[in-house]
Amino acid sequence: MTQPRAEALTISGLDCFYGEVQVLYGLDLVLNKGEVLCLFGRNGAGKTTTLKAIMGLVPSRAGSIRLDGKELTGLPAPDVPKAGVAYVPQGRRLFAEMTVAENIEIGLMARGKGKTTRENVLELFPLLRQRLRQRSGTLSGGEQQMLAMARALCVEPQVLLLDEPTEGLMPSMIAKIRETVSKLRDLGVSTILVEQRVDAVLSVADRVSFIENGRNRETVDVEELRADPSAVRRYVGVG
Amino acid sequence: MHFGPHLLLAALEGLVTSAVLALTALGLSLVFGVMRVVNVAHGEFFMLGAVLAWAISTAISGHPALGFLAALVLAPLIVGLIALVSERLVLRRLNYNPEATIVATIGMLYIIQQLALTFYGPEARPVEPPFSYRILLPWFGYSGYKLWIIAASALLLVATWFVLTRTKIGLVMRATQYDSETAQAFGIPVDRVYAGVFALGAMLAAVAAVLIVPISQAHYLMGQDPLLLSFIVVIIGGLGSLRGTVVAAVLIGLSDGIISVFFSPTLAKIIATLLVAMVLVFRPQGLFGTASR
Repeated sequence: MTQPRAEALTISGLDCFYGEVQVLYGLDLVLNKGEVLCLFGRNGAGKTTTLKAIMGLVPSRAGSIRLDGKELTGLPAPDVPKAGVAYVPQGRRLFAEMTVAENIEIGLMARGKGKTTRENVLELFPLLRQRLRQRSGTLSGGEQQMLAMARALCVEPQVLLLDEPTEGLMPSMIAKIRETVSKLRDLGVSTILVEQRVDAVLSVADRVSFIENGRNRETVDVEELRADPSAVRRYVGVG
Repeated sequence: MHFGPHLLLAALEGLVTSAVLALTALGLSLVFGVMRVVNVAHGEFFMLGAVLAWAISTAISGHPALGFLAALVLAPLIVGLIALVSERLVLRRLNYNPEATIVATIGMLYIIQQLALTFYGPEARPVEPPFSYRILLPWFGYSGYKLWIIAASALLLVATWFVLTRTKIGLVMRATQYDSETAQAFGIPVDRVYAGVFALGAMLAAVAAVLIVPISQAHYLMGQDPLLLSFIVVIIGGLGSLRGTVVAAVLIGLSDGIISVFFSPTLAKIIATLLVAMVLVFRPQGLFGTASR
């Protein structure tokens, strides 16, 4: 770590189960303010579960998740977004039968945001403005991803959780998503990004945490990783 | 009477059935659509609506319209409250598990039915219609109240449609229906939505019963037919589809009315059930339902 910064989100000793199956084993994670932290690891390592645990969608049996000092564990799931965490789930999970405008409306309702937020978000994704009345399920994959991010940004979050936002998109869209993530960092949003693609990680992340078997094995600065990408091979087996 | 007027009469009778059926089935469909709970006790909420309508209208003296109006407002509210309590006490504790809630609502069916038998009794009791105006057509006179049932039901259906598609409450309900997990990630208190939807579903059944009770009678076993017909309507129309529910209710109501008049009520039931079988084989998602995600 180059300079010590204030922590936006701190996870310590987190244990999570699906039924009787333990998925996270005392996971520790620190997200600094205004950074993009990437969770990197194989399928089934616990990356998505970590995000769901933050959102309160998977109950945690032990450990704590603190948002700027405020304890999130034990909060009912609907209260987590109200505290300022927004979530872009894997596979986007739009309300497909609803229009673009309605999806955005649901994002706005989470923390009672109004017109100004809506305008700012549409400013960020001008393409969506022309599609407001279209059913969101009929958008292209890239547009759906933009809408999923727009919906999350309507929460005006301090912390944004992005689960594989570039999955299944064409390269030009991937570039656009990356650009948006960088733009959000400049706006002061702290982001946890789950990624499978090394190139995507290296270009946007500030730090990378390697998740393996439900534990955070190592967190490194992205410059270190650029200089010595051996860690990628060690934890994921590709490089 | 000639064939034409006879058909008109049968169609009118069918439309009255359709109107009440559409409201009842819509309640069942909403509960299943949003909560994934098959509410076997739905017919008992219908019955409670009718029984309470009798109790309220007999408790209020004066013009029958007064008692009826009071029943129309109060009975659904009381039924909604009972549904709310049973949702909190039973369904929520089962975590809305699809199988467990079927068994639980079967239990609720018998509890509500036996309570009605204990406190209301085995008699069938009439409720006086709020008005007894007859509309004279060239061929026969027809009850103005029955036409009013059709109008009132249509109005309630439009109101429900408006709430579902044009208001924030509807937006929240639809979001919960499509993806309850993502809905929670956007601050929607899914368990409170469930409670509200369960109460609303029961209230729709209760309103339907209050509307129909002046032309039938309140009885503690009257919930069974509406339950069966609602299931038929919901399967044919497609679960969670308001349009499908209304279309299927009109279809089943009309065919029930017409076939009952010209042939026999049994044949009408046979055809309706056959239609369900056909829909299940050839279009399992229903006429207007969307294939499961």
